[in-house]
This record gives sequence, C-alpha cells and structure tokens, in this order.
Amino acid sequence: MMEFLAMGGHGPFVWGSYGAALLVLVGEMIWLRRRRIALRRQLARLARLQESPPP
Amino acid sequence: MAQPRVQWFKFSSPPNFYDLSGRLIPWFGGLAAILCVAGLYVGFVVAPPDYQQGDSYRIMFIHVPAAWMSMFLYVLMAVYAAIGLIWRVKTAEVMAKAIAPTGALFAFLCLWTGALWGKPTWGTYWVWDARLTSQLILLFLYLGYMALHGAIEDRQRAANASAVLALAGVVNVPIIYFSVVWWNTLHQGASITVTSAPTMETVMFVALMLMTFACWMYAIAVVLWRARLELLERERRAKWVLERMGGKA
Repeated sequence: MMEFLAMGGHGPFVWGSYGAALLVLVGEMIWLRRRRIALRRQLARLARLQESPPP
Repeated sequence: MAQPRVQWFKFSSPPNFYDLSGRLIPWFGGLAAILCVAGLYVGFVVAPPDYQQGDSYRIMFIHVPAAWMSMFLYVLMAVYAAIGLIWRVKTAEVMAKAIAPTGALFAFLCLWTGALWGKPTWGTYWVWDARLTSQLILLFLYLGYMALHGAIEDRQRAANASAVLALAGVVNVPIIYFSVVWWNTLHQGASITVTSAPTMETVMFVALMLMTFACWMYAIAVVLWRARLELLERERRAKWVLERMGGKA
C-alpha cells in the first residue's frame, strides 16, 4: 500500500492533483446542496405567504 | 392526421425543463460515479508505469479530461448565450449562466494538475507557453463572465452583456487547441486526435476515455442542477414554482 502511495517518488504531485480535483468537485456539489436548501426554504415561505396573506 | 411538427421548444419551457432535468440528474450523477471508479481503477491499477515518466503520467487521467471539459463547456456556454441573446430563450440564458462555474472549475483544475505534472517532467510549475497562457486566459474569461453577470442588477441586461463577452471569448478556444501546432510550445502536441489512432498504450487510452466520460456525466449533472436552481430563482413568483414548492420546507 505504501509503495502504491509513493507513486514511484511522484506521490505528492499525483495526490496533489487528485486531491485538488476531489476538493473542487465535491466542494461544488456541497455548495449547490446548500444553495438548494436555502432556496427551497425561501420559496416555501413565499408560497405560504401567497396562500394565506397576512391580515 | 398531419405528421405532428417536432415540438423543439417543448423542453425549453421552464416547467418542462425543470421536471425533465430533475429526472435526468440522478442518472447522470450515478453514471459519473461508476465511470470515475472504473477509470481510476484502470488508470492506477491496470495501467503500467510509463517507461519515461514513471508514475507521474497518471496525472493525465484528470488533467486531460479537465482540459477538454474546460474548452468544450466554454463553447457550449457561448452557444447557449448566443441562443439567449438572439432568440430570447430564457432556459438558454439560464443554461449559459449555469455552465460558467463548472467550466471555470475545470479550467482551474486543468492548470493546477498541469502544473503538478509539469514540475516532475519539465522541472517547472509554470512557463509562459502558448498552450498554458491561452488556458489561463480561458479561466479569466470564465471568471469575467461570472463577474459581469453578477455585477449588473437587471437580469436581462446582465444576460445580454455577459453573452457578448462569452461570444467574444470563443475565439480563444481554437487558439488553445491549435497552440501546440502554431507555436513552438513546451507543452506536447495532441496525442489523441479524431483523425489518427491514439499514440498511447491502449490501457492508458481506456482509462483516459473512462475518466473523460465520467467528467462529462458529472458536468451534465451539476450544470442541470445549477440551472434548475437558477430557474427557480428567476421564476420564483410563477405558478409552476409555487405548485412545486408550495408548503414543502
């Protein structure tokens, strides 16, 4: 396993590349998820307001 | 009964687009995950070390797909921006705006992984080479597009202004692609061209194709996902939004 991680001495470069890719792509998905939750809450409140407008 | 005309515009209506893309996203996401696992397995376990570069060449399996995606997504963004600009198709404007962040991330990844691959093989992270510099300009174009879109208050004017920027920047994509042919660049020429067989070990080529399609599926899923959010925001008062969002927290 250690030998695999060493990547023939180029470990930092290889895992630095794939680590950045993982970080960036997973980060993008997390960002979208947070945005979706916030938007759904906003729109649900908007929908409720429109259904029963405050007196 | 007359042959029904193909309803090209059926899926460009916001509710239809929203529902259809909603159903497709999980499939694209799932496919991306499967292809990525397969690509990484072939690329890291099956493929042998390179006789010259040893194992650092394995960066190729993320560097090249990211480069292709950054270029292809920019052209796609420009096409959607043009459709939005010329025919005022709302979903096209939304798609153009939804592509930009993902395209920018791929452009950044391309530069980042390229630098980490360059260090062990060229001895430097960066050089003002035609290929690298035009790719950097591509990243700035993406960032400029997003900044311009965000800077203008009025949604329609923002879409139009950024569409013009996207179209102006499209010329940069062929420059990137042919930079290795036109100038004497440190960056190597194309090993994979549509016309000739790949000058690469087959198993490496298979890994590269798997990762490329994984990035495609990922990009489709994420762009459609962001487009749906954009659409909901744009049409927050529309009846179809209230129907889908009504009461659900």
